[in-house]
Amino acid sequence: MARLILSRLVSMGLSLAVASVVIFVMLQAVPGDPAAFMLGLNAAPDTVAALRDELGLEGSFLARYGAWVGGMLTGDFGTSYTYRVPVSDLVAQRIGVSAPLAAYALALTILIAIPAGVLAASRRGQRADWGVMGATQLGIAIPNFWFAMLLVLVFAVQLRWVSAGGFPGWEDPLAAMGALTLPAIALALPQASILARVLRGALIETEGQDYIRTARAKGLSRRATMLRHALRNAAIPVLTILGLQFSFLLAGAIIIENVFFLPGLGRLIFQAITQRDLIVVQSVTMLLVFAVITVTFLVELAYTIADPRLRA
Amino acid sequence: MSIAARLGAALVALVALAAGLSLIWLPHDVERLDIALRLLPPSPAHPLGTDHFGRDMLSMLMAGARTSIAVALVAVGIGLVLGVPLGLWAAANRGRWLDEVIMRGNDLIFAFPSLVIAILITAVFGPSAINAILAIGIFNIPVFARVARGGALPLWTLDYVAAARVAGKGRLLISVQHILPNIASLLIVQATIQFSLGILAEAALSYVGLGAQPPTASWGRMLADAQTMIYTEPQLAILPGLAIVGTVLGLNLLGDGLRDALDPRLRRAQL
Repeated sequence: MARLILSRLVSMGLSLAVASVVIFVMLQAVPGDPAAFMLGLNAAPDTVAALRDELGLEGSFLARYGAWVGGMLTGDFGTSYTYRVPVSDLVAQRIGVSAPLAAYALALTILIAIPAGVLAASRRGQRADWGVMGATQLGIAIPNFWFAMLLVLVFAVQLRWVSAGGFPGWEDPLAAMGALTLPAIALALPQASILARVLRGALIETEGQDYIRTARAKGLSRRATMLRHALRNAAIPVLTILGLQFSFLLAGAIIIENVFFLPGLGRLIFQAITQRDLIVVQSVTMLLVFAVITVTFLVELAYTIADPRLRA
Repeated sequence: MSIAARLGAALVALVALAAGLSLIWLPHDVERLDIALRLLPPSPAHPLGTDHFGRDMLSMLMAGARTSIAVALVAVGIGLVLGVPLGLWAAANRGRWLDEVIMRGNDLIFAFPSLVIAILITAVFGPSAINAILAIGIFNIPVFARVARGGALPLWTLDYVAAARVAGKGRLLISVQHILPNIASLLIVQATIQFSLGILAEAALSYVGLGAQPPTASWGRMLADAQTMIYTEPQLAILPGLAIVGTVLGLNLLGDGLRDALDPRLRRAQL
């Protein structure tokens, strides 16, 4: 067990190292000098040189990479070229929108997918199954940003229940949750559709198993066998998919934040790209990759613990 | 074929036809702006009305289909051409360091949030249809490598492969002559799935302005343009969205149908 965790940790570290090199090399390829960009056309050459030094743009490729990675490891993500504040401060502000949004969407995904998957599997071949399968087929095909626009059209424009975008801040938690509700629904729909289909398949797979037949023979109803035995055994594929979905939720949030004008990490990356604030792009991207790799690791760990067969 | 698969095939055929037709003929020029004709309701001349620049919506949708299909198709092609040989190679050298390197490299690409990196690529190298294709295509490589390897591994244990080895054929020849034809159906099904994901990814990238650039018509950018007018002209946002949903739905239904038709063992698990 300990050896398994150790070997997973090593491969996680390796992934992060390669990811950091890829991201660093890509952003070095961007044309233009951020220092010259910040100071404008009339800046004196020595002012530009001084700023380049201050921003850590001088020195060899390896030295700059080492400085960046060393900084990331100690919590120093660099200084934003445009805002002139530490990137970690920007991230700290923005993560208060992105993390709750992803968590909200994940919760909705699970709340929608599990009942839908159980319903479809227990009414296999019947009308409820067809309904769930049809709806999820549609849910997978809908781009979440378009679904977001439709939600705005119905609930903000027609019904006026919520505002069409923006974020009031966490001082008023209810208003904040309200502002995140439509974005979370838009993010959750495609993911819930995928998860419901996976769960249905996994539940149906358990149906022919001996332990299910035994439970049924002992007189347990179909519903009870499904909830007590089948659902637990379907947990592994469901957990695997949920882990993958976190990565989609993060990426999806980047686009959805732009639809709803939410001040999260996604909007931060986009604004940084247009302002050529490369250090922000670099550090925030690395942070997102770190989050995804960590979650994948934790999910693998979780189902190794849940399923003794995988420990071998 | 099931009703669902037929519906899927019909949707895909419709979109492919619209895209193909747009190569030689469009009802109206989509690159000419005419403000006098802006936001017209549907009429015989403009069956779906016109947009805020006076462009014919039907023509825009047809030209958008062309962009979507071209981007997704080339991205799938990249995945097939690079991913399948990698997967076959890994399977032929199972357990050796080569297999290990290829599969770990694949894990690494999977670990990246694909859209984040796609955004990064297009942001660094500038927004264009070509960079969108590359960004989507790179993530198709590990998918096809994995499917090819997974399909090839069990085949290597079969008698006819052993017979081919005894006959003196090398790994490369066996992979091409015996393994590849037998995993073709798996690859076709996966290609359909990646194609529909490619359509969605292209729409997302061009929606945020990182895909095909004006004057090239694209569904994602039509949606982005429509967003500011959603209060007054919701149809401008609804039509391109329906086009995307129809295409993706059609491809997914077709993919499911193909899988059932090509692999009878899966049919039972499906329904």
